Amino acid sequence: MSTQQLPEHPDFLWHNPEPKSSYDAVIVGGGGHGLATAYFLAKNHGMTNIAVLEKGWLAGGNMARNTTIIRSNYLWDESAAIYEHALKLWEILPEELEYDFLFSQRGVMNLAHTLGDVRESMRRVGANKLNGVDAEWLDPQQVKELCPILNINDNIRYPVMGATYQPRAGIAKHDHVAWAFARKCDELGVDIIQNCEVTGFVKDGNRVVGVKTNRGTINTEKVGLCAAGHSSVLAEMAGFRLPIQSHPLQALVSELHEPVHPTVVMSNHVHVYVSQAHKGELVMGAGVDSYNGYGQRGSFHVIEHQMAAAVELFPIFARAHVLRTWGGIVDTTLDASPIVGTTPVDNMFVNCGWGTGGFKGTPAAGLTFAHTIATGAPHKLNKPFALERFETGALIDEHGAAAVAH
Amino acid sequence: MLLISCPNCGSRDETEFHYGGQAHVPYPENPNDLTDREWAEYLFYRDNTKGTFAERWLHSTGCRQWFNMLRDTVTYDIQAVYPMGVPRPAAPFPPAADTGTASTGAASTTPLSPSTAPEGATK
Repeated sequence: MSTQQLPEHPDFLWHNPEPKSSYDAVIVGGGGHGLATAYFLAKNHGMTNIAVLEKGWLAGGNMARNTTIIRSNYLWDESAAIYEHALKLWEILPEELEYDFLFSQRGVMNLAHTLGDVRESMRRVGANKLNGVDAEWLDPQQVKELCPILNINDNIRYPVMGATYQPRAGIAKHDHVAWAFARKCDELGVDIIQNCEVTGFVKDGNRVVGVKTNRGTINTEKVGLCAAGHSSVLAEMAGFRLPIQSHPLQALVSELHEPVHPTVVMSNHVHVYVSQAHKGELVMGAGVDSYNGYGQRGSFHVIEHQMAAAVELFPIFARAHVLRTWGGIVDTTLDASPIVGTTPVDNMFVNCGWGTGGFKGTPAAGLTFAHTIATGAPHKLNKPFALERFETGALIDEHGAAAVAH
Repeated sequence: MLLISCPNCGSRDETEFHYGGQAHVPYPENPNDLTDREWAEYLFYRDNTKGTFAERWLHSTGCRQWFNMLRDTVTYDIQAVYPMGVPRPAAPFPPAADTGTASTGAASTTPLSPSTAPEGATK
C-alpha cells in the first residue's frame, strides 16, 4: 500500500449512535488506545456488543497532540517485547485496517552527546540486538550521512558523539490512525459514543456493573479504562488509587518547508526531538513540565529550552517560524513504564501510565488490553506491566529509553 | 510560566524553583511494621488531584528553602504559599474550571502570615 499520498476522505468513517442501556464491555476513552482495544476485542475475541465512551470528540486528547514517533528501541526485555510487538503490528495494520495512515519507516536516531550517553547508547544497541530489535551504532560521520542538516561540529555546547539508529522506526499520521481504527470498529459493530463523559461507576460489592455518564447510566459486565492523563481521576471515582502523576507535555510545529529532514532525530541530553511531517511541518517535542497539571498547556521556558537545542543541532532551522504549540496531559509512573492489567475493582481493568510515549505502543496496548478484558487474565506481553509491580518491586525502569525525562 | 511567591525572596520565575511533589506525606512512623502494600503506598502512590493540590517547592537558585504551596492543577492559579510544617490551609477555594489563566503571581497569591509558622518550620 502506498504511503506517499493522503487517502481520500470517505463520506463517513463511523456512526454516532445513542448509548444503549447495556453492553458486554465499556471502554472509557476514545483515543488511540481505547479504539485499538475495542478493535482487538471485536476482531480477536468476538466481543462486538461494546462501546467506547469519549468525553470530548474522537481522538481529540493525547492522540491529537503527540509527535507521532514510532520506535521499539527500549532497554529492558519486557519493554522491548511489547514495543517491538507494536512495531510489527504497525507494519501490517494499514493493510489490515484497509486504511493508509502514512506509516513511514524513515528511521529514528537517538543522539549521544557525552561519554556517558555513548556508553548507555551502545549498551542499548546491544540489548536491542539481543531482543531482535533492529539497532545500529552510528559515528558522527554516519549520522551526518543519514541526516545532512545535523550540525556535527565538535565545538558546540553538546557535540554529537554518535547515535543509536533504528531503521524500522518512523512516524505515522496520528489522526488517520485513529480514524482507521474507528472505521473498523464501527464496521465490526462497536458503538463509538462521543460527548459522553463518565461521572461515576456503579458497583455491586467490589464488582463494577455500570458506568454513570452525562448521557445516563450504562450497565456493563466489564470496564476498561483508557483515559491516559485522566486515569487517576477515573480510578478515584471507582474507589482505588493509581501510582500516576499527570504532567503537561508540549510539542510544536513550524510552518511548511520543503523536505529537508529525512529521518527522526531525538536527543535525550539536550532534550529535543524533531521530524518532518508528510506535509512539511517540522514537528518538535519538548520535555514535561515539572509540576502536576491538567491544563493542556505548558510553560514557555520548556519550549525555549528545546528551541535552543534544536537550533544548535540544526542551524538550518534558525529562521523557521513556530506555527503553533500545544500541550497534552501525560500519565507518568515512577518507573516510566505503563500499567496494563487488572485493578482492585473486579471486572475493571486499566491501561495507563504510558507517559510520554503512548502513541507508539497503541496497537500492542490495544491487543494485550483486549486480551486482558476478554479473558480476565494478563497477556504474556502485558503481564510484567501489572499494577502489582509497585508492591513486588519488579519495576521496569525505562527512564533511559523513555526519551522524555519525567 | 508560573510566577511563584517565595516566602523568603518574593515573586520569582518558575525556572528558579524545583518541584517537590505532594506535600504532607509523612515518613512512616513504624517503618519496620509496614506491609509491602503500605511501602508501595508510601513510595509510589501520591495524590494526583485535579483541582487544588498541596505541593512542595524548593527555591533552588534563591534562598534554597523548601516551602508548601496550594495550586490549582487545572488553572495553575496559586492560592496559598505557606511554610513547611504548617497544616494545609483550610480556606475554601473555588472549584477548578476547565479553562483559566495561569497565575500572574502576587495578585492571586495569598501567603499566610509568617507568624503562623512554628519555630524553624522552613528548615
